[in-house]
Amino acid sequence: MFGRDEKLSPVRLTAVQYVILAIFLLLAYGLWQLQVSQSDYYSAAAEENRVRNVPILAPRGKILDHNGRPIVENYRSLTALLLRDSSRDLKADADLIAQGLNLDPKEVRDKIRRFSSLPQYQPIYLKEDITPDEEAFIEAHRTELPELDTIMAYRRLYPLKGFMAHLIGYVGEVSEDMLNQPGFELYTPGDVVGKSGVELQYNQILMGKNGSRRVVVDSHGREVGKPLEEKPAEAGKDLKLTIDIDLQIAAEEAIGDKNGALIAMDPHTGEILAMVSRPTFDPNDFAIRIKRGDWNKLVTDPDKPLLNKAIQAQLAPGSTFKILMATAGWQENIAQTLNVHCNGGAEFFGRRFGCWVKSGHGEVDLTKAIYQSCDVFFYTLANKLGIDRIAKYATTFGLGQKTGIDLPQEATGVMPSEEWKLRNFRQKWFAGETISVGIGQGAVAVTPVQLIRAISAISMDGRMVVPHVADPTGLPPNYLEVNHYTDVKSVPVDENGWNLITDAMSRVLLPEGTAPSAHIPGIDIAGKTGSAQVVSLATRAKHQNNEDLAQNGWFVGFTPRRSPDVVVCALFQGGEHGKLAARLATQVIKAYVDKQRRQPTKVVEKPANGGKTEIGALWTSPDEQGDNDKLQGGRFLIGRPKRSAPLAVAAPGLGGVN
Amino acid sequence: MSRNISLRDFDWTLIAFVLIICTLGVIEIRSATLHTKFAGVHVKQMYWIAGGLIGMFVVSLLNYHALLERVHWMYIVALASLMSVLIFGQKYLGARRWVKLPGGNHFQPSEWVKLVLILAVAKYFSDLQHRELTWSDFIKAGAIVGVPFIMVMGQPDLGTALTYLPIAVVGLFLGGVRWKQAAVVVLLAGLAMPLAWHHMKDYQKQRLTSFIAPDADPRGAGYHVKQSKIAVGSGGIWGSNSGSQTRQGFLPEPHTDFIFAAFSEEHGFVGAMAVLLLYFIVLMRLTQNAQTAPDRAGTFIVMGVVAVLTFHILVNIGMVVGFMPVTGIPLPLMSYGGSSVLFMFLALGMVMNVRMHRFVN
Repeated sequence: MFGRDEKLSPVRLTAVQYVILAIFLLLAYGLWQLQVSQSDYYSAAAEENRVRNVPILAPRGKILDHNGRPIVENYRSLTALLLRDSSRDLKADADLIAQGLNLDPKEVRDKIRRFSSLPQYQPIYLKEDITPDEEAFIEAHRTELPELDTIMAYRRLYPLKGFMAHLIGYVGEVSEDMLNQPGFELYTPGDVVGKSGVELQYNQILMGKNGSRRVVVDSHGREVGKPLEEKPAEAGKDLKLTIDIDLQIAAEEAIGDKNGALIAMDPHTGEILAMVSRPTFDPNDFAIRIKRGDWNKLVTDPDKPLLNKAIQAQLAPGSTFKILMATAGWQENIAQTLNVHCNGGAEFFGRRFGCWVKSGHGEVDLTKAIYQSCDVFFYTLANKLGIDRIAKYATTFGLGQKTGIDLPQEATGVMPSEEWKLRNFRQKWFAGETISVGIGQGAVAVTPVQLIRAISAISMDGRMVVPHVADPTGLPPNYLEVNHYTDVKSVPVDENGWNLITDAMSRVLLPEGTAPSAHIPGIDIAGKTGSAQVVSLATRAKHQNNEDLAQNGWFVGFTPRRSPDVVVCALFQGGEHGKLAARLATQVIKAYVDKQRRQPTKVVEKPANGGKTEIGALWTSPDEQGDNDKLQGGRFLIGRPKRSAPLAVAAPGLGGVN
Repeated sequence: MSRNISLRDFDWTLIAFVLIICTLGVIEIRSATLHTKFAGVHVKQMYWIAGGLIGMFVVSLLNYHALLERVHWMYIVALASLMSVLIFGQKYLGARRWVKLPGGNHFQPSEWVKLVLILAVAKYFSDLQHRELTWSDFIKAGAIVGVPFIMVMGQPDLGTALTYLPIAVVGLFLGGVRWKQAAVVVLLAGLAMPLAWHHMKDYQKQRLTSFIAPDADPRGAGYHVKQSKIAVGSGGIWGSNSGSQTRQGFLPEPHTDFIFAAFSEEHGFVGAMAVLLLYFIVLMRLTQNAQTAPDRAGTFIVMGVVAVLTFHILVNIGMVVGFMPVTGIPLPLMSYGGSSVLFMFLALGMVMNVRMHRFVN
């Protein structure tokens, strides 16, 4: 069967040999290319494979109150992640991982499945902000679960429940737009920068400089051996604010969840002692990454929680403007001798302008016009002064212009004048419009910070300070557009004039004034209420007294009545009458005075369960001297074991302890 | 027919070169797995080689004519074993290729099917006594390889299935295929390509695309190719003694499919050339044995082994240097793996048997 049959073609056998030779030459050529011709390129690629630049994150500077008490701190936040390029059966480990990290095993498996189509080197972020127990679990299971790892980042720890949120602002990943702006050129994508408030204004100080480490890594990205080179991170500098936490708490508590704003300022220096805007938001939501739904809710809310009303709300000042009118009238020698009979209204240019007291005030001089807030007196004064003289004084006192406060996006406001109207509306100013301006209505729009600055100047012999929230010492020169100290101006005001005006203001809280209910015994408070129409009374009636159209209540007050220690401005939106705003403001004034007089201002309660505290709270805890009432802000605890836990004590009203 | 064969006629030279390659393989397996969870597999590889040598001697004692007479039974068993993989096989990395044997070992039947195919093709062509192939011969020979080819494709294991093709190609070529027939087949294959693409699994497509553009997705499918090229390239002329790409795990599967990359990194161009030369000597020695075979059947058997070995080397080293897509084909004699080692030694056993019969009549 298998005899000596016909032999195969030797030519074809030889051909096969040549084919083999050709194949080997081809392979040898391939090796030559890689190992000889392009060896340098691949050696470099190998080096690049192994050596990685790992950033060392620099913590941002703390934000402190003016006594150095922390308001905003950082915490070391660990994120648990799952490395998928380790050759482990992740799904088999899912139960153990879920148990250790307090997750739902189904959720873990779902995540693994969802990520399975992505490149292997992308780790799965299992859980952000893990607790010390969970961290301990990961450390203890390094060998059993090599695919589990953590990355560390510093996160901002803000006070809870929107405490001081507008002033502090928040941080976020630097955006494409920001990178193109001057001052941000040195940042790289992924950097966390301030996005609003003090965080943005003083970003350059607060933000540290990330360091880096050149390390050798294996294919899982794990470090092997010692780093080749290390450049330590420079932590950001701490920033001391002018805010007094005690006063800030009083302001936050005073305004509660009403709409509006509160500012307390030292009229000598322009230091802002407290600043609140309502409604508020929780900046901790921004600390990791704000959820889309939460963000949409914030930006579509008609009450604009992201707006810092203290510096951004532009509203008619209402009767508080009468202080400016009185000053203007005095300086022009009109107000001294002006006596008006108020019978509930007066007619100007053929139109009747009503006084807020329908029955009228009777005989009114400047003093009575201030504490009774008589509209007719100021209509008359406005008519005598004319718009340009009113605008001149209002502008001198900073209305309708930025105050230069060291917070981003301050609003300008509007102070109308003949020229203003011509420029913006190409229309002539009608003398009748001046009458409304006389009582702070019409086109006048001011921000609370403008108003507090103007009225504080009148109470301070014309000293126009620059309001500011941060201690300017230690700031690089020209960091701020306006210098807190050298740009302080002095407006000449006749001494008798401002003395009379402040005397009249001190009667506002007395029984004959407009806000007797805000009176606080034993404290000499001078102030002025204001109730500003959002729309005309007629329009409002058309809308069935819709609450959104309710009048805004204003109050600017200070104590004592001359060269005051503190000035407070309250805006109570929809508060209908200035006396309600006055009650908010006087609470803050009382807190200030109580503190000066070293009276205990609040009852400090210890939490019943003692241990666990949510992060981002303000609370008191015993310090080294055992002083139990010392307030600390921003420290955090996440149910740590007892040994290091200070007894957390809640600051009332902030609800951080649980 | 005489059974008077002697171990003296064994191709000791061939075995010596084969064992040198195996030894280099074992050393490289040890070096590549030193600090990994695979540490120690080189000892297992030595057991496989020892087992392979025993298998080789046993096979070399079986008269290949006796094997050829029973090849149709072996062919049926081969198809049955492939069928069993499709039904009972262990699913691993998305493909059923392995059957679990008692004792914890896994066996990949598609490897030994190659042996059967070499014999079956040899039998088919040696029975044809005419020089020129008819179309019907052509189709029949194609079917012998084509049926298991399609079954292995179905596992799916395109790489191993492709290793069956050179058996048929060399068989047809030596069996006297006409140029016209070859041209027609090449043309048809070209037309079938888009169709095959359509039927490929996603990962197979990905491997092919990543082969064409490895930088497009460096840590996805192109990652293997890129890392392999980096490992080989960073070896330079004399080798990189740190062997860092392999040691630090950048090179995937450094002891199996990418063992040549690991070796090239450690021993450089010089080392890689030496290994290529060793393989070349082995192949030339094998073709020489084919030329001196006592009959057509013997020649076909030896050339079948040559075809498979050459194809493996081409595809594996081609993959390592980035000429070929990642197919999961091991480098015979060097890559770690029992099935692959056993196949090579059993195939060499058949070659030995053919050689030992060269003076026998």
